[in-house]
Amino acid sequence: MNTNLRPGKYWLYIPLILMAVFYLLPMYVMLATGFKSFAEIDLKTMWNLPKGIAFDNYVEAWARLSPSLKNSFIMVIPATLISSALGSLNGFVLAKWKFRGADVIFPFLLFGMFIPYQSIMIPLVQFMRSVGLGGIPGLILAHIIYGIPITTLTFRNYYASLPQELLEAAKMDGADMLGIYRHILLPISLPSFVVVLIWQFTSAWNDFLFAVILTGNEDWPITVALNNMAGSQIIAWNVQMAGSLLAALPTLLVYIFLGRFFLRGLLAGSLKG
Amino acid sequence: MSKDKDRILNILLVSPSILAVFIFVYAFIGWSVRVSLSKWKGLTADYTWNGINNYLDLFRDQRFQVDIRNTLIFTGVFVIGSIVLGFILAVMLDQGLKGEGFFRSLFLFPMAISFIVTGVVWRWLMNPATGARTSGLNLLFSYLGLDFLENAWHTTPTWGMAAIALAAIWQMSGYTMALYLAGLRAIPVELREAAQIDGANELQVYRYIMLPLLSPVTLSALIILGHISLKVFDLIIAIAGKQYALDVPAIYMWQVTFDGLFYGKGAAIGILLLISVAVLIIPYIRFTLRTETEQ
Repeated sequence: MNTNLRPGKYWLYIPLILMAVFYLLPMYVMLATGFKSFAEIDLKTMWNLPKGIAFDNYVEAWARLSPSLKNSFIMVIPATLISSALGSLNGFVLAKWKFRGADVIFPFLLFGMFIPYQSIMIPLVQFMRSVGLGGIPGLILAHIIYGIPITTLTFRNYYASLPQELLEAAKMDGADMLGIYRHILLPISLPSFVVVLIWQFTSAWNDFLFAVILTGNEDWPITVALNNMAGSQIIAWNVQMAGSLLAALPTLLVYIFLGRFFLRGLLAGSLKG
Repeated sequence: MSKDKDRILNILLVSPSILAVFIFVYAFIGWSVRVSLSKWKGLTADYTWNGINNYLDLFRDQRFQVDIRNTLIFTGVFVIGSIVLGFILAVMLDQGLKGEGFFRSLFLFPMAISFIVTGVVWRWLMNPATGARTSGLNLLFSYLGLDFLENAWHTTPTWGMAAIALAAIWQMSGYTMALYLAGLRAIPVELREAAQIDGANELQVYRYIMLPLLSPVTLSALIILGHISLKVFDLIIAIAGKQYALDVPAIYMWQVTFDGLFYGKGAAIGILLLISVAVLIIPYIRFTLRTETEQ
């Protein structure tokens, strides 16, 4: 990596800063508007900084959105944990304990990650209805199952990169398969778990499509509630901006504190682990 | 003996996941194909054979033609925009400037946010109102004396999809930047130096050395972004709602199925989307797995 500054490149800061402004504009509108008091809201001054910090908008946005924020957490936590755990087990077996046919199954599994969900939507709704899995439990199940391809891929790539000798030694010592997984692989899987947990958390939290077809008014997660709030004429747009920040905050915080792992999950999504 | 036990155990471990994916992906696709060949219209399932009539109807359907046109415009602007912008950002960040980490995080953060949030905020930025109600980017342009840039954004039928693609570029160009930056960093320094010794200037180094070496990255980016844009749904819902002029197949599928109860037709749209994605993704998966085994 090239860390020493090459001379004569300072002019590059001009386009970089301009680009930074472009990326920050929506964020600025969201934050500045969210903190304006009701008296200050006017289209003409929408780009001005707020005169003070008012929480009116957040109070109202919170009143409207807190039930669906709660729904989102109730849905995201089990969906993330279970699909990550399954991915780890699958990745272990597919990378280190290949059974006949594993190499044929794997590409079929991967394709599941890319399909447009419109192609399975009608059966999914019908199935959930017929087994009586409406609302949040159905949504959790969908996120778990459609999350399996990417979690399996990420763990498989990680386990495949570990030296085979590590397992051979344990086998010589008489460890069986589950023993190897529990005592050798699981303890060194933490970095992969972080990547996968973040990735699954973000995609389940940000999902709209499954949520909109599988949940109703009572159990809407935040994305659906925010979209419907923004679609109504009664809600002031400054409240919408405050609501947007509430909806974005959990994943933004994860990104701010664990951005490195977020990036790795992103690159795993392009199949390169 | 313990080997047999292990084999049974590991098949037991993976089979629920594999079975679940095969049912929820492949059996469901088969089920959708069956629905797409049926006359099902209304709340109760009706599997009466209808041949390929739902597909034929779609290709005669004016709305579906608008959808295809819209998808092509969106894909063109979004994919080319994200790739060009991502490449430029990566090249700038590859110069070893101070603050690289800061800029990198900044360009990438929109990816952490949902398309819905992006859409709600960009709908305000692209507010088309004029006169005293001018707001958003148009108002900013008039502050800066750039009035000629003021426009009606997503409310125009011809440029509307391009305006929405702009918000998608904002969200996804950090991703292509990250792909290109990783690609650039993987190219040996000696290659650049050799070209520089041969008298190539910086621009020529990128044009003739780096860009060709990065073509696998460009291909990956094209395919990933292309398949995202074929599936685009929530961003358009959040910015434009369900407007005819800005309709795409994913939205049409949802409306025709769950609002209109034309299940057969909805399933046909889903299957056509699947085919268009499969054409991109299947060769990509084959290629990636093959290069992996060669390594």
